[in-house]
Amino acid sequence: MIETAGDAGLIASPDITELPLWKQEGATPFLRIENITKKFGDFTAVDNISLDIYKNELFCLLGGSGSGKSTLLRMLAGFESPTSGRIIIDGVDMSGVQPWKRPVNMMFQSYALFPHLSVEDNVGFGLKREGLGRAEVKQRVAEMLDMVQLGHLGKRKPSQLSGGQRQRVALARSLVKRPKLLLLDEPLGALDKKLREETQFELINIQEELGVTFVVVTHDQEEAMTLATRIGVMNNGIIVQTAEPHDVYEYPNSRFVAEFVGSVNLFEGRIIEDQPDSVRINSQEAGAVLYVSHGISCAPNQKVHVAVRPEKMRISREQPDQQENCVCGVVEEYAYMGGLTVYRVRLASGKEVRVTQPNTSREASERLTWKEQVYLYWDLDSSVVLTA
Amino acid sequence: MKRRSLFLNTTATMGFIFLYAPMIALVVYSFNKSKLVTVWGGWSLKWYGELFRNDQIIDAALLSFKIAFISASVAVVLGTMAGFVLSRFGRSRGKMILSGWISAPLVMPEVITGLSLLLLFVAMESAFGWPAGRGTSTIIIAHVTFCMAYVAVIVQSRLSQMDETLEEAAMDLGAKPSSLFFLVTLPLIMPAVISGWLLSFTLSLDDLVIASFVSGPGNSTLPMVIFSKVRLGVSPEVNALATLMIAVVAIGVVAAMWQMRRQTKLLADQE
Repeated sequence: MIETAGDAGLIASPDITELPLWKQEGATPFLRIENITKKFGDFTAVDNISLDIYKNELFCLLGGSGSGKSTLLRMLAGFESPTSGRIIIDGVDMSGVQPWKRPVNMMFQSYALFPHLSVEDNVGFGLKREGLGRAEVKQRVAEMLDMVQLGHLGKRKPSQLSGGQRQRVALARSLVKRPKLLLLDEPLGALDKKLREETQFELINIQEELGVTFVVVTHDQEEAMTLATRIGVMNNGIIVQTAEPHDVYEYPNSRFVAEFVGSVNLFEGRIIEDQPDSVRINSQEAGAVLYVSHGISCAPNQKVHVAVRPEKMRISREQPDQQENCVCGVVEEYAYMGGLTVYRVRLASGKEVRVTQPNTSREASERLTWKEQVYLYWDLDSSVVLTA
Repeated sequence: MKRRSLFLNTTATMGFIFLYAPMIALVVYSFNKSKLVTVWGGWSLKWYGELFRNDQIIDAALLSFKIAFISASVAVVLGTMAGFVLSRFGRSRGKMILSGWISAPLVMPEVITGLSLLLLFVAMESAFGWPAGRGTSTIIIAHVTFCMAYVAVIVQSRLSQMDETLEEAAMDLGAKPSSLFFLVTLPLIMPAVISGWLLSFTLSLDDLVIASFVSGPGNSTLPMVIFSKVRLGVSPEVNALATLMIAVVAIGVVAAMWQMRRQTKLLADQE
């Protein structure tokens, strides 16, 4: 099940040659957020955010607590009204539209299942409010419960279900009205690791099957990475970067994003050579001149950071052939984690660098150990210069 | 361990004897054959028979039940509304004042409540002719006044424990606030509403002081009849009546407690 989900969900099928909508010039966004600001007294929770989300996207708002991501989601659902700005869903301005009239459904972090109603009645609640006939409600509820594989538990009360089952009831309940836009607040937050992984792929499957546009709020970068078509990284009420998961990880646009998504080594330095397609940076912290194979726009001699992901670095006892992007240090600590080993290496400048290496050999003797002098080096195109 | 449980047992026994000895004596003497209240003359149901042939007492009892039923029902509606408003008011000075006002009737001496209501009714009658005289309706109004405060407090505490995202979820699924209340909020606070009703019913049934102030001639409630009878000397049929009342009240209290327990269980399930 997981394998097939992975094939379908994570790797784009080869016959799709079209660019995704967000890369097409002039594509109409399905959800348009225009200069939305939300203030609670003096506190600005959401600060002038503009964002376009396209049909069939699974957009993740990723951020820590207090970043404003939940407030933004609640404004989409209509539980909070923006201090200024507009939200347009499928061409309709949502200003002043009450939550019960929006073409939007939400899956709550706490699931918010009605404890006094059975699973069937929970799922059918929204359909009954639409005034659908008894038979149709029954049929659509049954279809939905089958889809989330809970067809046999329809008569139970939420209190008689496990956490994973409740989560699926909540999902079924939010999807049964066939909303144009589904909002998910930390959908996997309350599940244990194994269930999370399964559910992640199930969510992607369901999303593709039904063609609903998803907006997911999460603080978990792994969740965002696996689920999202695009990620919006939020901090202090603004979206710092909007990009595809791969780009957020490999090409972060700021130190905040680089550090929030995954772990990273940052070397502070000054630009000494600025070519259109490459830069050289003198870094005291690294104790070396670092070469980055992409041009940047910045002032000469400006202070910048070079970001290198731990897994992009290689570690060895012998000095490598390459002259550039090679630093020297001492192994301070290491953690053997089975597939990987994580090293903490102290450079001469006192800077601590984190390196992860796959354990390709079974021989313990080949492993590096404490206090060993090592060389760390990485490819010329493995690092990114961050000016912000 | 042994000594400690002996101590606890003794204390508990003493406490219960102190609380219940008078009632046990009353219940036992209600089955007394003798006409003299203080002399035991063997077991008999005679006084229960006498009781049911006494029209004055039966009428008063029916009146009391009627008043209790109507007062409890009205108090539950008003009290639920008040409790709902209190728990949804947010943190404001208005809420503090309001909740202070709501709980005031709980601590007010009954004599003062009764007297102030009487003055109000008299003033109202002379101002616009209603209520014309005092009787069943004034007793009901008076009972609603203090019962709704109890209901409001119970409902408010239940609502404050309730997860508000449930209401948001209902709205999100298309329920308007009006239908939302009956579909989600009310079923969830139902145990509190029921225990509020039961409590109001017993309080109204028990009340002597306030009823004495606001009732008119020919509208004596059961506690009033008992009290006036006892002043002329205790008759054995009053014992029988009191025993029946203890039974009714006990059933009410036990039912209210059972509802409360169901409520806590429902809450625990919600987690």
